[in-house]
Amino acid sequence: MRRWLGLVALVVVALATAVLLGPAHVPLGELASSDIVRTLRVPRAILALLVGGSLAVAGASLQALVRNPLADPFLLGLSGGAGLGAVLAIALRLSGPWALPLAAFAGALGAMALVYRLGLAGGGGRGAQLDPRVLLLAGVAVGAFAGAITTAIVSLAEATDLRNAFLWLWGGLSGASWQTVLVVAVYIPVPLVVLYAAARPLDLLALGEEPATHLGADVEPLKRRVYVAASLLTAVAVAVSGVIGFVGLIVPHIARLVWGHRHRALFPAAFLGGGALLLFADTAARVAVAPRELPVGIVTALVGVPLFALLLRRWAGGVARP
Amino acid sequence: MSDSTALLSAQRVTYRYPGGSSDALRDVSLEIRPGAFQAVLGPNGSGKTTLLRVALGLVTPSEGTADIAGRPAPAWSRRELAQVVGVVAQREDNLFPQRVRETVSLGRYPHLSLWGAEQPADRAAVTRALERCDALSLEDRWIWTLSGGEYQRVRLARALAQEPRLLVLDEPTASLDVRHEMQLFELVRALVDRHGLAVLMITHHVNLAARFADRVLLLADGRTAAEGAPGSVLTREMVERVFAWPVAIEPFDGRPQMIPLRQPKESA
Repeated sequence: MRRWLGLVALVVVALATAVLLGPAHVPLGELASSDIVRTLRVPRAILALLVGGSLAVAGASLQALVRNPLADPFLLGLSGGAGLGAVLAIALRLSGPWALPLAAFAGALGAMALVYRLGLAGGGGRGAQLDPRVLLLAGVAVGAFAGAITTAIVSLAEATDLRNAFLWLWGGLSGASWQTVLVVAVYIPVPLVVLYAAARPLDLLALGEEPATHLGADVEPLKRRVYVAASLLTAVAVAVSGVIGFVGLIVPHIARLVWGHRHRALFPAAFLGGGALLLFADTAARVAVAPRELPVGIVTALVGVPLFALLLRRWAGGVARP
Repeated sequence: MSDSTALLSAQRVTYRYPGGSSDALRDVSLEIRPGAFQAVLGPNGSGKTTLLRVALGLVTPSEGTADIAGRPAPAWSRRELAQVVGVVAQREDNLFPQRVRETVSLGRYPHLSLWGAEQPADRAAVTRALERCDALSLEDRWIWTLSGGEYQRVRLARALAQEPRLLVLDEPTASLDVRHEMQLFELVRALVDRHGLAVLMITHHVNLAARFADRVLLLADGRTAAEGAPGSVLTREMVERVFAWPVAIEPFDGRPQMIPLRQPKESA
C-alpha cells in the first residue's frame, strides 16, 4: 500500500511541477486565472500523463508478448510508420491542426498491419500463428524501411520543413490542447482495459506458450489481442506527441523491481510511473533552454540511457536475472 | 460422472505433422481411468509427445478420436481443460524472476474469474499442493536458486494447484540424479494411491516405469508395440525389438527390470 501511495504522490508532484514551472512566470496567486496555465500548461500536463502512461503500459505488455524484457513499443516498427506519415504530411503541407497527428496515426497503423501480417507464421490462412520472434524481426525490418523512405523525403525537403520534421521525430508535447486531451482520454481506455483483462494470461505466457496453454490460457487470441491493443496505444501516443523513446522500456523495468512481474499490479504501476516520468521530462524540456524548447524525446533518452545502462549492469550482476 | 468413464481416451488415433512424410502416430489407442498410473515408453521419436498432444486436443488427429472425461478433446476450452488435467511439460522458460509460491499460484489461473482476485480457497489450494510435493519449505525461494529436483517438485506442485483429476508428466526426471528421480516417482505414486489421481507419464526410464506404473504403453515408430501390465509388456523379445538393443530382463519386487547388455562381439 505504501508503494502505491508513494507512486501517486510522485504523480501529484510531477503534475504540480508541470503546472507551476514554465518559461513564463506566473505568480502563485494568479495560477487559477492565468490563461497560460489554463489553456497551455494544464492540458499539456494531462496529455504528458496519458501519453507517458500509455507508452509504459504498451512497453510492459509487448515485453511479455515477445517474451523479451528489452522490447520497446517502438521496436515493432510503429515509430517508423508514424514518422513516415508525419513527414509526408509536413512535406505535402497538409493543413489543419489534425493533419499531422492523423497522418502519423495512419502511418503507425499501416506499419502495425504490415508487421502483424509478416508476424503470422505459416501465412494468413487458418491455423496461422503469431510468432513473437518473427514479429520482432518484422518490426525492425518495417521500421528500417519506413525510416529509409522518411530520410529520402526529408533530404528532398526545404530547410524549415526539414527542421519541423526532425523536431517532430524526436517527440514533443507542444501541440497539446484540451481537444487533444479529450481525444486521447476517450481513446485509450479501450486498449487499456483489453490489456488489463489480459494481465493474468500474460503472467502465464512468461513460462512459454505451451505451458501457458496447459494452465488454461488461449494463447493465440491472447497474443493477437495484446499486440493490437499495445500497438493502438503506441499509435495514439506517437500521433499526438511524436516518438518519445525509453519511457516504454525503462518504466516497466523499474516497476517490475518494485511491484514484481504480475501484470495486474505492473500495468497500473507502469501507467502512473510512465506518466510521472514524461511529466518531469516535459517540464525539463520546456524549462531547460527557455524560451526555446527541447524535443522531449531527447530528455527521456538522456535520462533513460544511463538508467538503462544501470539496469543492464544489475542484470549482468545477476541481481535481477531472468 | 461414474468412475467407469475414462478420464482420457484416445481411440485409434493417427496424426501426421504438416509437411511430414510419414505418420508420427498411427492407429494408437490409450485409455486412462481414475486412480491409474499409466506410463508411455518408447525410443526417441516414437511418438510419445505427439500422442500427448493429440490426447490433450492440442492437435487434431486425422483419424480416430480423443476424449477427455467423456467429451471430445476439441470441445473443451483450454480453461475448462486446465481444471481437469494438469500438465508438467518437458520444458518451460522463466522470463521474469519469480518466487516458488508465486509460480505455483499460477496453477490457480483456470479457477479464477476474469476480474476477481485470488480467494483464501485459492491460497489454501496452493499451500496444499506445496505440502503434497514436500515443497512448502521452499515457498519463499527464488526459483533460479532451486536444484533440478526441487524445481521439478515445484512444477509438479503448480500442476497440483490446478486440482486436476489427471496429471500428465512429460519426461519429468530427465537430468535428475537417482535420489531425485526416485523421490519424484515415489511422490507421483503416492498421489495416485492417496488422492486417487490418474497419471499419464512419458518417460525414458524403462525400469522405473516397470516398478511404479500400473500399465505401460510401449510405442515404436508411432505404433503400439504392446500395452498392458509391466510384466506382460516388458519381455526380453519386446524390449530388444523396440529399442534395438540386446537386454536381459530380471524380475525384482515382482516387476520386470531391464539390464542392457554390452555390444555383442562380432561372431566369427
